[in-house]
Amino acid sequence: MARQILRCTVNDEAVEVLVRPYDTLLDALREELGLTGPKEGCGTGDCGACTVHLDGRPVASCLQLAMQARGRAVRTIEGLAKTGVLHPLQDAFVRHGVPQCGFCIPGVLMAAAALLAENPRPSAEEIRYGIAGNLCRCTGYTTMITAIDEAAGVVATARS
Amino acid sequence: MLASAWKAPDRPRRVPEPFVNPNPFPRGDLALRRFELALPESVNDCLKVLAAHGAGARLVAGGTDLLPQMKNGLVKPAFVVDLSGVAPLHALTCDASGLRIGAAVTARAVELDARVRATYPAVAEAAALIGSVQVRNLATVAGNLCNAAPSADMAPPLLALDAEAVIAGPGGTRRVPLTAFFTGVRRTVLGPGELLLEIAVPPPGPRSGGNYLRHTPRRELDIAVVGVASQIALSDGVCAKARIALAAVAPTPLRATAAEGALEGQALTPASIERASRLAVEATHPISDQRGSAEFRRHLVQVLTRRTLTTALARARA
Repeated sequence: MARQILRCTVNDEAVEVLVRPYDTLLDALREELGLTGPKEGCGTGDCGACTVHLDGRPVASCLQLAMQARGRAVRTIEGLAKTGVLHPLQDAFVRHGVPQCGFCIPGVLMAAAALLAENPRPSAEEIRYGIAGNLCRCTGYTTMITAIDEAAGVVATARS
Repeated sequence: MLASAWKAPDRPRRVPEPFVNPNPFPRGDLALRRFELALPESVNDCLKVLAAHGAGARLVAGGTDLLPQMKNGLVKPAFVVDLSGVAPLHALTCDASGLRIGAAVTARAVELDARVRATYPAVAEAAALIGSVQVRNLATVAGNLCNAAPSADMAPPLLALDAEAVIAGPGGTRRVPLTAFFTGVRRTVLGPGELLLEIAVPPPGPRSGGNYLRHTPRRELDIAVVGVASQIALSDGVCAKARIALAAVAPTPLRATAAEGALEGQALTPASIERASRLAVEATHPISDQRGSAEFRRHLVQVLTRRTLTTALARARA
C-alpha cells in the first residue's frame, strides 16, 4: 500500500513523515515520530488518553486519520511545556500528586489546557465538563479538579 | 446452639447463566484494516473518485463514527475518501436566508456559534451533547445524519426545523427534505456516488422557539435513550406552526405529526401541551434494549415532549 507524505507542524516544528493511508494520527505520532505521550486507551474515542491539540482544539487522535492532519498544527503533551518551564497545569499536577498510574494524564492535561485557553476561569462544573471526555481508571478525579482549578488562577493571572 | 449443630438450609442451587457479552462491538485488533485513501480538494474530484470506486468507497469527514466501525470490522471499505480538504464543505453560514451547515462542519463549531445559539437553539443544544469535546471537535453534524443511527442527536432539531439535505451526485444536485432522508437503521437515501454537501435550514420566522432534550443515564458521552426536539411559531397568541421530532423510538428519527396537528391553530396551554405529549407517544414504535424498555421510552417521549414544548413556548415569547 503506497505511503503518503504527511506535512504538518508538530509541537511548532514542521515535519514531513511517510504514513500509511490507514494510520491514525495517533499511530503517526507514536510510531513514526516517537511521541509516546498520547496513549491508545480504547481506540474508539471514549477514553481521551490520545487527546492532542489540532489547530489548538482538543481531539481524539485515535479517530483521526494521519493524513487528515495535513497542513495543520498538532500539539502533543511533549509540546505543552516551554523549554525548561512546566505549564502551570503540569506544575499543579506535580504538586498535587495527581498522577497515579499516569496513563490518562497526558490526555487530561491536553484537555485541561484547551479548556483554560478557551475559558481561563472555569467553575468546578465547567472543569468537570472540560475533562468529561477523559477517563481515569485510578479514579483520581478529585485532585485533578483541584489542580486544574489552581492552575486556572495562575493562567488567568499571567494573562492579565 | 453449637456451631457444629448448624446445618445449611436446603436451597435450590442457582445455576449461573452463561455469560453473553452484550457489546455489539466485540473487541478485536483495533488497528485499521488496509484501505486506499483519496484526498480530493473539490466536490467534483470527490464525485469522480466516488464514481470510480462505487459502493466499495466510504466518505470520511470527522471519522468519529466510521473509524470505530472500521476498527471493529463492521465496515470494510477498500477505499476511503477524506472530505476534510474540500474547502466549500467547511462553510457554516447563518443569516436572514437561513442556516447552512457544510458537510465538514464540526458539532463543536455549531455548538459554539453565537448566531446558531440565538436563532436555532435546539440545533446548538443537540450539537453540544454529542460525545466529548475531543469527539465534537472532529464529529460533523452531517456525519451524524449520514451515520443514521436511530438515536442521532442532530436529527430531531433539524427535522423540527424542516431542514433539507443538499446532495451532489453524478446526475447533479438534489434537495431532499430530512423527513425523507432516513430510510432505515443506518440507512439513508444517499446512493453510491452521492455526497451530502450541506444541510439547509430555513429561517424559523418571528416569535418562534425551539428546544432539544434527551434522556441519558450519564450526563456526558452517552447515547440517547430518547431524544425530543420541539419547534413552535406563535401568531396572534395561538400556535401557528408546531414541529415535534423524536429520536431512538423507531428505526429512523421521525416527526410526531398528529401531535403537531393537535397544537396548530390552538392556544398553547399546559392542557394542550399535555395532550400533544400524549399524542406524540402514538407516533413511536420503540424497541426494548439495554438502554431502556419500550415502555420507558414511551414514558420518556411524553415527558420530554412536554418539557421541550414548554421551553420552546417560553423562548418564542421571549
